[in-house]
Amino acid sequence: MPYTKRSDGRKMDEIRPMRAEVGVVPNADGSALFATGGTVAIATVYGPKELHPANKRKPDRALIRCEYNMLPFSVTERARPGQSRRSKEIGMVTENALAAVVDLKKFPQSVIDVQVLILQADAGTRCAGINAAAMALAHAGIDMKEMVSSISIGKIDDKIVTDITKEEEDYHEGEGPTDIPFTLTSRGKECTHLQLDGKIQTGRFKESIDAAIVACEKVLDVQMRALKGEIVNEGEEK
Amino acid sequence: MEEEKTETNEKTENSDDNSEDKVEKVEENDKDSRVGAPEEKIERRLVIPGEVIVNGDDYLPGDFTRREGDDVIASKYGLAEIRGRLVKILSVSGVYEPRRGNTVIGRVSEINFSGWQIDIGGPWRAFLPLNECPRFINRNNIEDFATIGDVFNIKVWGVKTGSVDLSLKSRGLGKLEDGRIIKMNCHKVPRVIGKEGSMINLIKDKTGTEITVGQNGYVWLKGELEGTRRAEEAIRLIEKEAASEGLTQKIEDFLEEKK
Repeated sequence: MPYTKRSDGRKMDEIRPMRAEVGVVPNADGSALFATGGTVAIATVYGPKELHPANKRKPDRALIRCEYNMLPFSVTERARPGQSRRSKEIGMVTENALAAVVDLKKFPQSVIDVQVLILQADAGTRCAGINAAAMALAHAGIDMKEMVSSISIGKIDDKIVTDITKEEEDYHEGEGPTDIPFTLTSRGKECTHLQLDGKIQTGRFKESIDAAIVACEKVLDVQMRALKGEIVNEGEEK
Repeated sequence: MEEEKTETNEKTENSDDNSEDKVEKVEENDKDSRVGAPEEKIERRLVIPGEVIVNGDDYLPGDFTRREGDDVIASKYGLAEIRGRLVKILSVSGVYEPRRGNTVIGRVSEINFSGWQIDIGGPWRAFLPLNECPRFINRNNIEDFATIGDVFNIKVWGVKTGSVDLSLKSRGLGKLEDGRIIKMNCHKVPRVIGKEGSMINLIKDKTGTEITVGQNGYVWLKGELEGTRRAEEAIRLIEKEAASEGLTQKIEDFLEEKK
């Protein structure tokens, strides 16, 4: 059966209702929550602060360390807490996506710690994490050239869909599922992170990038409103 | 950004003959002080990194802003302010950024043969060398002068990449005995001090507490338990409502009511 209608009734290019807020962790220098549908991420930023051990210090710039973790109850099958191969990889990817816009030269020899926690997972967690982390960095008063916004685009069977859910990720009929997490800078419209899990034709790939660019605009709007003090909540939580 | 100066306790104020113009500088950064001033009200709005603040060739990009073609772009999250041709961003959040000449409050965190490591917050380590102390100190008994946990009102003498040098060789500096430290957002320090120190004096009077505010956002409180508690509550309230007007009145009411 071809994939003609999305399981939650969304349009092919529609993002799940987003939710965003800053300052959710008062103790941190900066913090933010970002959610799309059933995927909820919070991020905290500490620093720039003194880096230990001293041999990790960079003489000319600050170090940015990102950590990504899923809470045990974020998925139906308990996720074992602590670092895994997957969380390390996503931490690194987050770091690279953010480092491109952060001005690290301002505080040499220091460190900026970014922690991303997934409270609830329904696909696209790394994108939600990057969105939350970007907001938290800005909220922490860190010098940034611009913001970044992230979205995951999928090809389910032969349809390009925006912001895929776990259910769609598991759709194995026809051409099967493909997941493309994508991160875009807010002003330069440059890509700082792109991954691809699955198979896709070159022509369709271009199509999905176009869809991602459109979706990132919408994400940016939500991030911006949240940073300006609004508690954004576009719909009922799942 | 102009430097805001520390308002210190009575003892310090009296001994420091520069305290007058120090307080005046605070005033420049204080919003309340501009109410009723002849110049028109300066418009401020929150901007996020990458946002266009203004468009046009006439404007000059100041602190935390940059020019890209015709636009002046924000490079930081904060309040954008346009004053005449100058566009700049006032920070609202973030860690303390040490500057030469700042008076800060710090706590001794480590001792070595040549001086004391002092926690003043911020991205770098801060060090107070032996020879920056106002009196002679026997190298063998460094701990007699200051030991771990001691609190100082101290001056930033120099900022190098990766480290900060401190000094006690200035009037009004020295060890703060007893009391306790609370930490606040260092960007809101000018509001806690207020116009010509009005806010801090109000809190001191109403709570009977000795208060010293460091430019790094560390606040030292000493006095009766009840008084320091109310002083802390008042400071937290100022931090929260820093953007509102008539804050001094609000705090006065708050402290009266709590009495």
